Amino acid sequence: MSWQDAKDVKIVTKNFGVDGSHKLSVYTERGGWQAFRKALTLPPAALTDEVKKSNLRGRGGAGFPTGMKWSFIPKEARTVYLVVNADESEPGTCKDRELLAYDPHLLLEGMAIASYALGCKHAYIYIRGEMMREARIVQAAIDEAYAGGFLGKEHAVGTGGNPFKLEITLHRGAGAYICGEETALLNSLEGKRGWPRLKPPFPAVKGLFQQATIVNNVETLMNVPDIVTKGGEWFARLGTPKSGGTRIVCVSGHVKKPGVFELPMGIPFRDIIYDVCGGIPGGRALKGLIPGGSSMPPLDANEIDVPVEFDALMTDPRIKDVEVKPGVPFDMGGGRKLKTMAGSGGVVVFDDSTDVVALCARIMRFYAHESCGQCTPCREGTGWLARVCTRLAKGQGEAGDVELLANIAHGIAGNTICPLGEAAAWPMLGFLTKFRADFEHKLRKAA
Amino acid sequence: MPLEFSAQSKQLIDRLLTQYPNKQAALLPVLHVAQDQFGYLPDEALELVAQMLELPPAHVFGVITFYTMFHREKHGRNELLVCTNVSCMLRGGYDILRYIEKKLDIKAGETTPDGAFTVIEEECLAACANAPMMICGNDYFLDLNEKKVDAILDDLRRRWQERQKMEAPGGGDPNRRTLMGVGGPGTKTS
Repeated sequence: MSWQDAKDVKIVTKNFGVDGSHKLSVYTERGGWQAFRKALTLPPAALTDEVKKSNLRGRGGAGFPTGMKWSFIPKEARTVYLVVNADESEPGTCKDRELLAYDPHLLLEGMAIASYALGCKHAYIYIRGEMMREARIVQAAIDEAYAGGFLGKEHAVGTGGNPFKLEITLHRGAGAYICGEETALLNSLEGKRGWPRLKPPFPAVKGLFQQATIVNNVETLMNVPDIVTKGGEWFARLGTPKSGGTRIVCVSGHVKKPGVFELPMGIPFRDIIYDVCGGIPGGRALKGLIPGGSSMPPLDANEIDVPVEFDALMTDPRIKDVEVKPGVPFDMGGGRKLKTMAGSGGVVVFDDSTDVVALCARIMRFYAHESCGQCTPCREGTGWLARVCTRLAKGQGEAGDVELLANIAHGIAGNTICPLGEAAAWPMLGFLTKFRADFEHKLRKAA
Repeated sequence: MPLEFSAQSKQLIDRLLTQYPNKQAALLPVLHVAQDQFGYLPDEALELVAQMLELPPAHVFGVITFYTMFHREKHGRNELLVCTNVSCMLRGGYDILRYIEKKLDIKAGETTPDGAFTVIEEECLAACANAPMMICGNDYFLDLNEKKVDAILDDLRRRWQERQKMEAPGGGDPNRRTLMGVGGPGTKTS
């Protein structure tokens, strides 16, 4: 199936625009909780198999296969936790907030199905602290689901299927980007500083409260009810060979119609910018874009024909390789050279009026602010990148600054506990590769 | 006088404690409750929380300094979180921040002398498609321009003045914030 065939399919945004879409009554009227009833008639392992078949990949950033992640829960685990990562804070990303506001019950149903498949009796939603409005909406939905008999410690939702009990607790963060990293999130949920943990052990073996834990993104779980209803194969067919389903893309920056869109997997960036979003305002030319949240290496205007899909963005020959020193790790653990990534779906478009060095400096200041401080290369390196990049942007650069930026980034990547180091180093090296002339121009102006 | 949790806060905390297998895990939600009641987190509040959750005060201190939403100083009744990250920056987020600073005659991080507003330069607030934007309490203010900012600030100030009038005779603190967010009335624990 090509991406054009899946153009009108809506899975996670199907209730957008419906009056009262956040209410249980509207949700059930539109077929909500039917997938859960069906799930309860199946053995738990069959659900994990169905998700494996669907080729659903994590929508939080890394794109890890969801069914495979679920299958990592050890058979002998006595307590299993499911944790929803709703800590959306990656610059350029604004999908989960809307999904939570418009359709919280779809998330709860996805969580209930996943919990049944995993053997989880208590699930947590870790929501970003600043999202007070969404926290209220989700809490109200949880209350409704308890009252409606879908959730609860005492309830055994039989409905002809297997008995099942699930509690869901909404937990508010308190302002720390790093808590979106799954092990930092677990520490934060345990009442500690949000410091990432060393892996292994992986959360599936030893996660929340030292128990087997699965951490999934909001959008990921919202796909699960439809996978149960329509089957894993249906979902897989919608996408590309290695990633099933649709993709939520949030487009911001210099486009006429920015927004959050559910699009077919594999649609090229060109179509997103010029068809879906109406092109660049003021008749200006495209300079480049950030493909999946600010931690991803950018693409320049000549690279927008690549499809928005996990594997293509990492390997497509039309994307220029990011320049790295020999021996510096620049991949995501799979041994594949990383060009860029689909990440969190946050596409930020910038036109030819943009001061790319200032944009890059803003990104670097973000990571310097958000580094948790545990690892020296990241704590010191991100601040250093921010300072050098900012002085360049201000026209106060010093001779050798461009090389210095590359050197610092090389010193961070691969040398930290969690990927926040890469989240700063990748875009830095990416901007230097794709827009080097802009950096050198700034330096000449300073001299 | 030492700080104490109100009956309502205590009730809320009791319910929160049923949602976790140990007391420590309730730390962030309980700190939110404390900050909602007291308006900020002075040493006494930290000690109170530490005592309630049977944690060393040093641990509680170490946790609050990690998260940007917990603050040790009193903030204004209206916290304006103005985003200046990439998507907002590209569409004039810094101009909006500078305009607000000029209009309120304070810098980001400061509170107006009358206690009506605190302005905070925020990192990405997940409304990138509607940049530039800011948050105040439960409200998102999207696709901002100077005219919209004028109207929003006027409205917030008017409501703040009304509230002050209402609360003045009883001696209530106009900076006291209402309970909001998770753990509010109606929270289900089982």
